[in-house]
Amino acid sequence: MALEVQIEKKLAEFTLDVSFTAYDAPIGILGPSGAGKTMLLGCIAGLERPDRGRIVLGGKTLLDTERGIRLPARNRRVGMLFQHYALFPHRTASENVAFGLNHLAENERERRVRELLERTYAAGLENRYPRELSGGEQQRVALARALAIEPEALLLDEPLSALDTHLRSQMEAHLQETFAAYRRPTLLVTHNIAEAYRLGERLLVLSRGRVAAFGPREEIFRRPPTAEVARLTGCKNFSRARAVSDGAVEAIDWGCNLRIAQTLSGGVAHVGIRAHHIDFAEASGGTEERENTLPCWLASSSESPFHVTLYLRLHKPPDESRAHDLQAEVTKEKWERMKERPTPWRARLSPDALFVMPE
Amino acid sequence: MALPPATDWSPLRISLETSVTATIITLAAGLAAAWWRERRHGTAMAFVDGICLLPLVLPPTVVGFFLLLLFGRHGLLGKLLLQLGTTVVFSWPATVIAAAVVSFPLMYLTARAALEQVDSRFLEAGRTLGASEWRVFAKIALPLAWPGVLAGTILSFARALGEFGATLMLAGNIPGRTATIPIAIYFAVESDDMRSAVAWCAADVAISLALLAGLYYWTQAQGLSREVRR
Repeated sequence: MALEVQIEKKLAEFTLDVSFTAYDAPIGILGPSGAGKTMLLGCIAGLERPDRGRIVLGGKTLLDTERGIRLPARNRRVGMLFQHYALFPHRTASENVAFGLNHLAENERERRVRELLERTYAAGLENRYPRELSGGEQQRVALARALAIEPEALLLDEPLSALDTHLRSQMEAHLQETFAAYRRPTLLVTHNIAEAYRLGERLLVLSRGRVAAFGPREEIFRRPPTAEVARLTGCKNFSRARAVSDGAVEAIDWGCNLRIAQTLSGGVAHVGIRAHHIDFAEASGGTEERENTLPCWLASSSESPFHVTLYLRLHKPPDESRAHDLQAEVTKEKWERMKERPTPWRARLSPDALFVMPE
Repeated sequence: MALPPATDWSPLRISLETSVTATIITLAAGLAAAWWRERRHGTAMAFVDGICLLPLVLPPTVVGFFLLLLFGRHGLLGKLLLQLGTTVVFSWPATVIAAAVVSFPLMYLTARAALEQVDSRFLEAGRTLGASEWRVFAKIALPLAWPGVLAGTILSFARALGEFGATLMLAGNIPGRTATIPIAIYFAVESDDMRSAVAWCAADVAISLALLAGLYYWTQAQGLSREVRR
């Protein structure tokens, strides 16, 4: 089944102008808050009115402004999981799930509700009211409710953001399981980069109402098409750049020439590398070791439970401002070994890890 | 002018029948108008609000006068009713019309406020689950707005019970047919029948107290059952 979306809607700050096609696999929609992610889901579900456009789901036209078709939300069969789940507070868990099933006979309806709650690991919560459920339990009931109508597409708006950290990974696993069984167009909105990557086989990066990137997740992370997409997918290191030969660029802000593996096509405006891809040479080696290797000093560092973020100054020791040129991420073990060594350290920017961006 | 004897209970019966009927009409019309209005925006809506609230700000005699124009022999609705062989002026339905029109704004205002309090995501969730607008209203919006709607109903009932000016203009004082308690009190005082006036005032106080007591126990019971469910 395919979900074709092509819509335009003028908003206060910008125009939402999006087109893409989703097939039977989850797509992670990533973007800063206020990029239009929730509005996009609202337009597909029929809760918002796009100014112009066309939405076709499995051959059924949900919206076609040129032909004057605007199917109301109730006729779209698009399942929606709302950000804070929006369970009806005056109905029990099973009454919530049953809401979309009132066309069924009572015993059939009860059977379906039980089955759905079991499928989403919410069995046993039948008679509880939403306020008696934890965040994770609410999410499971809300998912069962959305799946009850046998939706032809599933939209999830920040499904994990309301949960405590320790619950998130468990709920993420449940979601992954649900997606694997569901196999219909699924859109998952999030502003968490790692979550988007783990749950979405493809990624759609939204920025100020426009599709900044859309494709397989590996590709978008490995070769972000623009500096904006690189930044939105968590890349910290950028330098202005220009091509010097077929396989090399000059990194202007980093004051060096770098060999790159990527074939250059079109213009080069920036070169970038992700923080965890920066390597540190143990000792001075041969010429190949020297290539793409820059002397650096530590300006500051920040420790996380399992890794350390290093803020590095290139070519000279840091001054009082503690300004840095590069941000690198190393494991705790590596950091323990490194911090004893005399500076300058030698940061290696592997040609495979570097990527260039036209814009 | 016929003077109602103290043993004539008809004003009580007329008052209750009028208030109950008017409140039922007001409840339905106020809810419908509030639900219709709640889902719309724009400057035209300010006009709708103005019309709906007019009976609240105008003196009841002015409302009564307008109603008299509307339902009179030459009025828009009066002519229509005349063609159907009937008239409402100075009849029991007139007391209901006057009470309903005057109490409508209270219902409209409180119902709107109550519906506005309902998180729109609940309504949206209902729509994505295939519910018609009627079902969204009846099964989601109304149950969630219920306490506010009940408060509006009681306010409307109290207002209908106390209605005097518009009722007198449109329905007059016909003992046994249009003379409600407030009208009976006025004409009792007018004709120096203090015993009747005091009796009817006491009746009004009793009804009002019973209403408030009922409301109090009802909200207590609500709070209690909510505690139990928590």
